[in-house]
Amino acid sequence: MDDEQLAALSAAVTVEDDVAFDGLHVTRTDDGYRFELPDLERGGLSEDELRRVARANPEHVSNWYFWHDVAPTEGSARFDFLRYLERVADHDAPTETRGHGGDATHGTTYEPTDVLDRYHALERGIERQWGQLLVTVELADDGYRRYEVRHVDDADADPDELDAHREVRDARDVAKFDEKGRYRPLKAAPTLVDGWRFTALTSAEVVSVVETIYPATIANWHREREGNLDVDHWEPTMARQSGIYGVVQTWNRGEGTEHVERVAETCCADSECLKRREWQYDEDTDLEADGGVGAFPCREPCSMVVSAARQWTKLEGEDAQTYEFELTPSEKEQLEAIVDTVADGDVDEVREADFRHDANRWRTRYLREKRMDDEGNLCGVPTDDE
Amino acid sequence: MQALVIVAHGSHLNPESSTPTYGHADTIRETAAFDEVREAFWKEEPHFREVLRTLESEEVYVVPLFISEGYFTEDVIPRELRLDDWDPDAWESDGTSATHVTLDAADVDKTVHYCGPVGTHDAMSDVIVRRAESVTGDPDVGDGFGLAVVGHGTKRNENSAKAVEYHADRIREMGRFEEVQALFMDEDPEVDDVTDFFESEDVVVVPLFVADGYHTQEDIPEDMGLTDDYRDGWETPAKVDGHYLWYAGAVGTEPLMADVVLERALDAGADVADAVEYVKEHTRDAAVTEA
Repeated sequence: MDDEQLAALSAAVTVEDDVAFDGLHVTRTDDGYRFELPDLERGGLSEDELRRVARANPEHVSNWYFWHDVAPTEGSARFDFLRYLERVADHDAPTETRGHGGDATHGTTYEPTDVLDRYHALERGIERQWGQLLVTVELADDGYRRYEVRHVDDADADPDELDAHREVRDARDVAKFDEKGRYRPLKAAPTLVDGWRFTALTSAEVVSVVETIYPATIANWHREREGNLDVDHWEPTMARQSGIYGVVQTWNRGEGTEHVERVAETCCADSECLKRREWQYDEDTDLEADGGVGAFPCREPCSMVVSAARQWTKLEGEDAQTYEFELTPSEKEQLEAIVDTVADGDVDEVREADFRHDANRWRTRYLREKRMDDEGNLCGVPTDDE
Repeated sequence: MQALVIVAHGSHLNPESSTPTYGHADTIRETAAFDEVREAFWKEEPHFREVLRTLESEEVYVVPLFISEGYFTEDVIPRELRLDDWDPDAWESDGTSATHVTLDAADVDKTVHYCGPVGTHDAMSDVIVRRAESVTGDPDVGDGFGLAVVGHGTKRNENSAKAVEYHADRIREMGRFEEVQALFMDEDPEVDDVTDFFESEDVVVVPLFVADGYHTQEDIPEDMGLTDDYRDGWETPAKVDGHYLWYAGAVGTEPLMADVVLERALDAGADVADAVEYVKEHTRDAAVTEA
C-alpha cells in the first residue's frame, strides 16, 4: 500500500459516501471515521488514526484501491473478467454459497473471496484457462496486479525457454498462423501456437491480449453471465444474408434440420472451434450436435460457417446419382481412410514409408494409377452421362 | 469516452489483407485521440456483428475502410452493426459525398456516428499524391510525370468508378502532374492500355484499393505488362512501351491513410483536430524512413 492509496481512501469516505468492498467497510460520522474488517472494528477515528489503522491492514486497502482506481468500472465486462481471473466471487454474495474451483459461466462457484486468503494465493499466482490461454495473475508491489499470458501447453515450461513479449500488438502475430505456418482465419480454432509468453502485463493490457487472441469473447461471456446473451440462431442468421451469400437461404427449404446438424458437427466441434456453440436451428428447434465445453459462448454462425454453407448450398442442390465402381474391399476401405485422414487434419502425420497406412502417399498414388483414368475419373466412370 | 472503430473487409484466405487496417489503427492509437480504437471485419474477428459490445465508450465513430459507397457501406455494415434506423438516403450522397449520420445500435447503449468510406473523402486525393511521392522517393514528384489512378470500376456499382474519377479530377486540378487519368480494370478506359493514355515518359500508377491482394499484386501488374508472371515480380520503375511505369501498389497501404480515417471522424464531430495534425506529420516521416 502506498500514500496515494491512503489519500484516495480518506478522500473517498465522506459523511454521504462510505467505502464497502470485499469485506472492507469504512464510514464517516460526526464521531469520526469507522474502519471495519470481517474480524476488526475501530470507531471514532481521526484522519491520522484512520491512516494508522489502514496502514496496519494494507491488503484490504490496496485491494479496494486496485478495484476502484486501477481496474475498470465495476460491473463492466472487463472488471468482471479481471475478478474472474482472480477467482473472486461477487462480493455481495453470501460466503456460504461460494464453492471451490471455478466455472467459466456461473458466478456462484468461485473460491472464497477473503482478501487475505486471496493475497496469499496471489503471492504464488492464480491461474485461469481461457481457450488455449493460461492467464496468471500475481501480486506486484503495493497491491497492484501483474499478469502473464502463455499457451496452456506451456503451463510447466521454463519461462526462459519461451519467447517473451511485452507489447500487446505482438499478440496479433502469435494468433495469425498455426504451427504449420497456415493462416488462422478462425481465431477460436484450437491451433494456437505455443512457445511464447506475455509478461508483466497491467490489467488493461491483459484484457487487450486476451481480446486480440480471442476477439469479443469477454463481452459475450459477460453477457451470458448477466443472463442477456443475444443468441442469433441458424435460421435468422441465414435469412439475413445477402449478395453472394443470399443463396444460403434456399438451403433451409423443406429439408428439416439434418443439414444444419451436419454443419454444426463439421465446423463447431471442439476439435475445430473452442467457442461453445449456443445457437440452434431456430428459437424452437434445438440441434443435437454437441456445442462443446468452451469457456466462452458462440452466439451466431460465424462468417466461416456462412461462407462454407454457401458452398454446401450450391453442392447440395445436386441430386444423388447411382454410380457403379469396381473396388477391392481394401480399396474401398482405403478411400474411407483417406477421407478420415483429411477430415481429421492428420495428413501430415502419415509417415512416408508407412505403407500399412491407407492414407500413405505411395499407397494413394498407387490407387490413383490403378483406379483412375487420364481424366481423373474413378474406375473410368464419368461423372456425367454424356 | 469516445471510440473509433475501423471497419474493413478482411479475408479468410489472405493473411495480409487486414495488415493496413491494423497499421492505420496503430497510428491513431499513438495519438491517444480516442479512448478506444478497434478494428472490425467482415471476414475476420472481431466481426462487425460483435465489435460494438467490446467497447466501453458511449460515443462511437465508425469509419469504413472501403473505397466507395455501395453494397458494403450501404447494406452490409449498417445491417451487421444493427443500425436499425439506417437508410442509405440518410447520407444524402450523390455517390461520393457521404459524410456521416448519427444512429443507435440495437444491441448496445451507445451513440454511433456512421461515417462515409475513406475512399471518397477529399483527403484521399492527398494520399494518392503521397503514394506517388513514396513510390518515386521524390517528395516533389510531379514535373514530367503522369499519374494514373486505377479502380476496379465494376458495372454493378457506378459509385466505384465515380470515386476514382473524383480523385483523378481533383488531382488534375492541383496542376502538379503533367497528366492525370482514371483507369479501370473491367471497363474503359482500361488499365491494360495505360501507356496509350500518357505522353509523359514517367507515369506513376496508383491503384485505389484498400489492401494489396489478387487485383493489385497479380492482375494489374500483368495487365499493364510490368511482368509476364506476377510471381517473378517487377522493376520499379518498369519500362513498358517506351514509358517508365512506377507502380505504387494499393493506396490503402500508405501510412497517410490514417489521416483520412481521422478526418472522417473529425467531420462527424470527434474531438481529434490535434491528432489530425500529428498524423499528417508523423506519417510523412514514416514514409520517408520506409523509402
